[in-house]
Amino acid sequence: MKLNEVPQDKEAFKGKSNVHKLLYATSDDGSYTSVNSEGWEAENLATTQAWEAVLEDLKETEAQVRRGALSPVAYFMQKSLMELPVLARYMGKWKWQVKRHFKPEVFRKLDNNTLAKYCRVFGITLSELQGFGQ
Amino acid sequence: MANEPALHRILIYCPQLTTSFQHHQHAHCESGVTANLLQHNGIHISEPMTFGIGAGIFFGHLPFIKVSGIPGTTFRIWPGYIFKRVTQRLGINIHTEKFGSEAKAMAALDDALARNIPVGMITGVYYLDYLPEAFRFHFNAHNLVVYGKEDGRYLVSDPVLEMPATIGPEALVKARFAKGVPEPKGKMYYIKEVPGHIDLTKGIKDGIKQTCFFMSSPPVPWFGVNAIHLLAKKIEQYPQKLTPRQCTLYLGNIIRMQEEIGTGGGGFRFLYAAFLQEAAQYTGNNELGRLSERYTAIGDQWRHFAYSAARLCKARNSDLVSYTELSKLLHDIGDKEKQFFKDLKAVKW
Repeated sequence: MKLNEVPQDKEAFKGKSNVHKLLYATSDDGSYTSVNSEGWEAENLATTQAWEAVLEDLKETEAQVRRGALSPVAYFMQKSLMELPVLARYMGKWKWQVKRHFKPEVFRKLDNNTLAKYCRVFGITLSELQGFGQ
Repeated sequence: MANEPALHRILIYCPQLTTSFQHHQHAHCESGVTANLLQHNGIHISEPMTFGIGAGIFFGHLPFIKVSGIPGTTFRIWPGYIFKRVTQRLGINIHTEKFGSEAKAMAALDDALARNIPVGMITGVYYLDYLPEAFRFHFNAHNLVVYGKEDGRYLVSDPVLEMPATIGPEALVKARFAKGVPEPKGKMYYIKEVPGHIDLTKGIKDGIKQTCFFMSSPPVPWFGVNAIHLLAKKIEQYPQKLTPRQCTLYLGNIIRMQEEIGTGGGGFRFLYAAFLQEAAQYTGNNELGRLSERYTAIGDQWRHFAYSAARLCKARNSDLVSYTELSKLLHDIGDKEKQFFKDLKAVKW
């Protein structure tokens, strides 16, 4: 990549271009130099596309919580960009245990310790957790 | 948590500690941290040089290891490797430590800072609240340097940023103990002692030799140049095997790994070409200079591949012809890299 080919495609989405990352490019005489870039359209598209997929899935999960098909744990897991194995690690539980907590009827019977732990992991209050989707 | 009271104490009683560390921006987190820490210790070394000596360049595609349902692709060697190899090859004495307890990990950090030592560490990006949200996914192998503490906040030199940043202790604890794959377990590292004289020549040779081995020799299809062909084959099958949404997300993930942040462009290929150029000047070996030009051209091909892949994503196009063309681009890159590392291995010293 030549110095004059380094793209400067700004992307405002979630502050992406706030980082002016460093790229390596060649000058006219072929010697390498580093240069800042605001971004590149190809990569901007990949970033926004990945986020849109996350937000789409989250919306779907939110609807399921409101319908009473899933518990708020499933929603906040996705909102924190986690997957089941990661959340299970944070909770110090087996995957199947956390998966059970996705069921609204199981979630309603959870003890205070477990609820408090979920709140810590997600960085939310108990009323935010229990009240979501009501 | 049993260790919470102790942690609380550390967070409150925080003396002002600042080391004389100089922040420099780099392309990649680990080679950047390594270069910055070495420079702090009086060794003048560039990022491309640490990346090359640390044998940072790589390729891997793991169809069976999925994150968010998307198979993993990597353009670099596994985390932690660059710092370890560079310091080993240059005869630098280092200290590395992992922790079972959060309080101990933070106390050890404060202790090092009190002794005027800037500390490298591995963190989870999700908790680094000074980064724009766009980049904050659960990626637990991000390297940074903490070089001081002021008004209860840690001073952070994150090599991918232009300027230093700060982070609160609560967020830093979370980042150091992020869970998932991999788990940093509070891992921190710093330089203890450097030899009086450093000669990069042997490090350059050893780094190149190891890179050639990693790229050419793995007898399995998931690592090295073979994996480029594996990915090319997979891409050709995407339209038959995946939904259109999956197709675009799979391709998008490759683009992100290659270009999004911390690669210097072209999936680290330009960074490695810059290393070869500098190595040619350092050792006076002109062959390395010619190989640098060739690898730059391969980097350009990777850029072209990413550009074409992004166009397919944008068009939401899942017709077979386009994916076959994309696959051909990648097969060509695979052939070129194979020959390249063969020739790099054959360089006469």
